[in-house]
Amino acid sequence: MSDKRAECLSGKGVTKVFGMGDKKTVAVDHVDFDFREGEIVSIVGESGSGKTTLSKMLLGLISVTEGDVMFQGKPRDISNGQKKKEYWKGIQAIFQDPFSSYNTFNKIDAVLLDCINMRGGKNLPYEEKFAMMREACSFVNLEFKELTNKYPFELSGGQMQRLMIARIFLLKPKILLADEPTSMIDACSRATILDMLLKLRDEINMTIIFITHDIGLAYYVSDSVYIMEHGKFVEHGSAEDVILRPKAAYTQRLINDVPKIYEEWDLSTV
Amino acid sequence: MKNTIRQVFHSPKFVIGFIIFAALLLTTIIYPIVVATDPLEMVGNGNFFKPGTYVSVKDAVEGSKYTLNVDVQSASLGSKISAEDKEAMKEWLVKFGGVAEADIDIEDAEGLIGLWEANYSENAEQKGLTSSKKKYYVRLNKNIDGILLNNDVIIAQENSETGELEQSASIGSQEFVNTKDVANRRTFILGTDNFGRDVLTELVHATKTSLRVGLIAGVIATLIGLFLGLISGYVGGVVDDLIMFITNMFTVIPSFVLLILISYSVGQNARGVNLVGIIIGITSWTWTTRSVRSQVISLRNRDHVNLSKLSGHSMMRIVLTDILPYLASYVVMAFILQISSGILAEAQLSMLGLGPSTSNAATLGLMMNWATLYAAPLNGSWWAYFPVVITIALIAFSLNLMNTGLDQVFNPQLRD
Repeated sequence: MSDKRAECLSGKGVTKVFGMGDKKTVAVDHVDFDFREGEIVSIVGESGSGKTTLSKMLLGLISVTEGDVMFQGKPRDISNGQKKKEYWKGIQAIFQDPFSSYNTFNKIDAVLLDCINMRGGKNLPYEEKFAMMREACSFVNLEFKELTNKYPFELSGGQMQRLMIARIFLLKPKILLADEPTSMIDACSRATILDMLLKLRDEINMTIIFITHDIGLAYYVSDSVYIMEHGKFVEHGSAEDVILRPKAAYTQRLINDVPKIYEEWDLSTV
Repeated sequence: MKNTIRQVFHSPKFVIGFIIFAALLLTTIIYPIVVATDPLEMVGNGNFFKPGTYVSVKDAVEGSKYTLNVDVQSASLGSKISAEDKEAMKEWLVKFGGVAEADIDIEDAEGLIGLWEANYSENAEQKGLTSSKKKYYVRLNKNIDGILLNNDVIIAQENSETGELEQSASIGSQEFVNTKDVANRRTFILGTDNFGRDVLTELVHATKTSLRVGLIAGVIATLIGLFLGLISGYVGGVVDDLIMFITNMFTVIPSFVLLILISYSVGQNARGVNLVGIIIGITSWTWTTRSVRSQVISLRNRDHVNLSKLSGHSMMRIVLTDILPYLASYVVMAFILQISSGILAEAQLSMLGLGPSTSNAATLGLMMNWATLYAAPLNGSWWAYFPVVITIALIAFSLNLMNTGLDQVFNPQLRD
């Protein structure tokens, strides 16, 4: 499908093992993946299938036990703080729970200013920084005037998650790792947030790695889908292929488990 | 932040604790300004003077006199004959004087003495009394006669030429002086201690010193605990193992034994107030380290810490801005408890004679130590140790109350 597009993030035999000896648990087991530029990839799986562990490894927040991760065609180097900082200019994340994603002691301005500073805008005049912050806020339909001097916990969950997107808008990373960004949010805000993510992808040609347990949502947003079971990818391919013509039994089960409004829910498969 | 402080002051427990503590603290600051005497000045020439106002006898004798028509006898009878003597009088009267027990009211000194005067005779039949007991009753009788004798006291002065005593004045029993007229007065609200020092002044200064010991110990213990806990929890790995090994070692050795050994090895002369505070501080940081570490471990995997990392913040900055503020309430609580336990540890050490060297400052523990050494509890000098006990209890109580109040504010599960 989109193989002509430039390589963005790929991995070979990526493994994460927690603990040792008898208590050893393999969270992610030799997974291979290849994400292209501008692509929206969904990683779908149940709770505990290793999605979040994989995303943390991709972000470089936890070490990789085994295997290689390639960033833009080269092996990624995050051996020291400076190199990590450089890597994080290229890859950013939105987390599941907006309520715990913010340091409640910092004001919203500080969150956005951090992003400007990280993009090298540290010495810009104050007016320019404010203009950038205003622009980012208006991109996610928030009034900067209403946010300034406020603390994150004074916002609603949807507003917080939109602010997270504003943060990504300012940072303009190559890759965005969205770890269930809509699971804690009501259905109306969910659509808005997904729309914003798609708009953002179009604007800065960013790869979005979408981690979710909701296969319906994955079908709705993504170009390609990876299905994860017990730390392994059981199936991957384009969204249509995987979801409309599933090969793996696990995928079939995931699809059957999606509740449908007009049909009786078959609980026998659960 | 402002909100939290407002919330804290809405907790009744915290407010009560805070008021008690603030009152103690203010007393230690204001009292020395008002009463500028040296707390270790030995005023009394002897052990354990009772609380009260002391007036100069000479001034009282020489001062202007007022004749008051009041009954002076019953008051002096009441206070000059001890309770044991009264018991003995009753016993004699019932056994040998032929007075019915019901007729005797031991509280009514005047009535008792009236009965005694009417019935006692040296030569009465006293079967079953030892001769020493008989002599005791004779002495007691003389004593009572002396009290009843209402003679004037004669004041005599030595004639410088002849060396003879000449009567200069006589004082009748109805004569009074106004205590305000007596130039030399000294009030010891809490009496004096075994060295003849004013207990109240000493107590105020001792409280101040003890608070300082507690504060030094608390600051040191909290800083060490916080520092090691943060590093151990955030860095993890080998550093964590090493720090936890040291911490566990310190936890296993009873810190009080360690405290005694260090205090002893430092030597009596070198042990100042600050040093004792430092010694207490460096032996009591372990549980702060352990609990800070466990809190940091649960914090370091939170999303906001991850986000901060992704924003390219340095480890130092993450620890200071993303982890420390979340621990602040806990650390304040631990600090308050450390102060309280520091003060108690000082008191315990001083009781064992391992407290600060005694020449320049009193502490609450030292006052207890002195009171015990000079047997204040045995000779009934409650003022030498009881106020000290109360003060220690109040400090510990107020700090613990503040701690519980803070706990209630910061831990929603405990809110009532």
